Amino acid sequence: MVENRPWLTVMTHVVLILGLAIVLFPVWVAFVASTHPADRFVTGVIPLLPGSSLIDNYRMVLSAGAQQNGLPPVGPMLLNSLVMALGIAIGKIIISLLSAFAIVYFRFPFRMAAFWIIFLTLMLPVEVRIVPTYQVIADLHMLNSYAGLTVPLIASATATFLYRQFFLTIPDELAEAARIDGAGPFKFLKDIAIPLSRTSTEALFVILFIYGWNQYLWPLLVTTDPNYYTVVMGIRRVAQAADQEPLWNLIMAVAILALLPPVIVVIAMQKLFVRGLVETEK
Amino acid sequence: MAEKRVVFRGWWFPGLLLLPQLAITFIFFVWPAAQAVRQSFYRADAFGFGEHFVGLGNYASLFTSANYLASIETTVVFSLGVTALTLVVSLAFAAAVDRLIRSGGVYTAMLVWPYAIAPAVAGVLWWFMFDPSIGILAYWLRVAGIPWNNLLDGTDAMILVVIASAWRQIPYNFIFFLAGLQSIPRSLHEAAAIDGASPVKRFFTIVLPLLSPTMFFLIVIDIVYAFFETFAVIDATTQGGPGQATTTLVYKTFADGFLSQNFGSSAAQSVILTAIVVVLTVIQFRFVERRVHY
Repeated sequence: MVENRPWLTVMTHVVLILGLAIVLFPVWVAFVASTHPADRFVTGVIPLLPGSSLIDNYRMVLSAGAQQNGLPPVGPMLLNSLVMALGIAIGKIIISLLSAFAIVYFRFPFRMAAFWIIFLTLMLPVEVRIVPTYQVIADLHMLNSYAGLTVPLIASATATFLYRQFFLTIPDELAEAARIDGAGPFKFLKDIAIPLSRTSTEALFVILFIYGWNQYLWPLLVTTDPNYYTVVMGIRRVAQAADQEPLWNLIMAVAILALLPPVIVVIAMQKLFVRGLVETEK
Repeated sequence: MAEKRVVFRGWWFPGLLLLPQLAITFIFFVWPAAQAVRQSFYRADAFGFGEHFVGLGNYASLFTSANYLASIETTVVFSLGVTALTLVVSLAFAAAVDRLIRSGGVYTAMLVWPYAIAPAVAGVLWWFMFDPSIGILAYWLRVAGIPWNNLLDGTDAMILVVIASAWRQIPYNFIFFLAGLQSIPRSLHEAAAIDGASPVKRFFTIVLPLLSPTMFFLIVIDIVYAFFETFAVIDATTQGGPGQATTTLVYKTFADGFLSQNFGSSAAQSVILTAIVVVLTVIQFRFVERRVHY
């Protein structure tokens, strides 16, 4: 702050408190809705304070009770989301680290061609090639499988660039010393390059976990079997499953369950998260 | 491009390291993209038996289709709305946090986390609050005398998806604006203050010009987000409706190809979308190059 201007400081806090309200209010309303019995939503105004059905609603959503209301089970969906998020995060990290290492530390024919092919993936998001990609997955019999949910999403240009950028900052002397001591490329990768890139890997993991958990279109395409639904795409099925009026209390309970894991990850690892965001955009 | 001086010899080991990435890229990116280009020149015969070559027919019928042209307009309105709303709100938050010394960190922590919420879930949260019969915001609007029904009124539905999409994108913009603001030297503020420039004047004559690289970067990122990632917001809420009011180009590609099984037309739309991504990516990377020197 350069000069003391009390009214401006008051304004600053007003803007920020308004900001917090905008950010928090939708989640608060959803949480409150998930704690009331269903008949609370038939008429009138929805409540703004929590009700008494919190445990009942969440037990209903997570247990077999969901099926009685025509909803797909949510417990397995959470597990599927976890498998998908971990699979995508770990898979992306492994294949990006390996290919960045190959591109930085070797000279071989078609090296630049490989680099540009990886770069190309940036320009082909799933959204622009929906039908042909679906056909490939169907031909490979990967519909309704964990492989189908994860493998096609683990090619990543951004993670490869991040590792490439990082490897370029490792001093040449280290590689030279390793070579003089008789270490081959595999040993250098395992004992020097991977340990040195640990912080970048952690930051990347946070970002990729959230990316994987929040996938919507992809699970929508490759799963028709409720046993493979993920919770983020399943929420729409939950909303549609209720035949008459939407069961708002149960839908909001599912929404809270769907947003809680990535939010916990971000809050617990905020420094890594911000670092990862900024780094992946370089 | 930067290079290492010290490298290892051999070609089979790096080949092995690159194999998984390249294999996945070929099978799930390059091959489907090539198929999309091929399919865009064909049209399925009636009853779905076989297909015949129509050249640029699919493209021609797209650009004479009122639905497709309306969808272009929808996408432009939607993207501008999301980008403008996100930029203005997140810049206001970032400028406010930048002014604070002690409490800034607390506010930052509280403003950042909605980025972790999936666009689909964000859509559902706002869908609930705007629900014409039960939603709290719809109720407040009614009390204020403003009629609201996003199930019937296209404009209302558009406002809903714009707000939900921007809400999820604000934390991301906020982080980058805050980093940009904090890299502006304090001495510039102080010098201007001594010369008698008010905080508002300083904001518009010093802060904004220095922030323009960040701003430009975020505009590109937000447009890409609005074009592609908001598919989930739209599909989880309005599903392109009412009528065609929120059918963006990406949603139409999905609906025509996946729901209506109109593969040729959907493939042609995919190719057009890819061209748009390529342009946006090139702009983004040229700009990143510039930012390094900045």
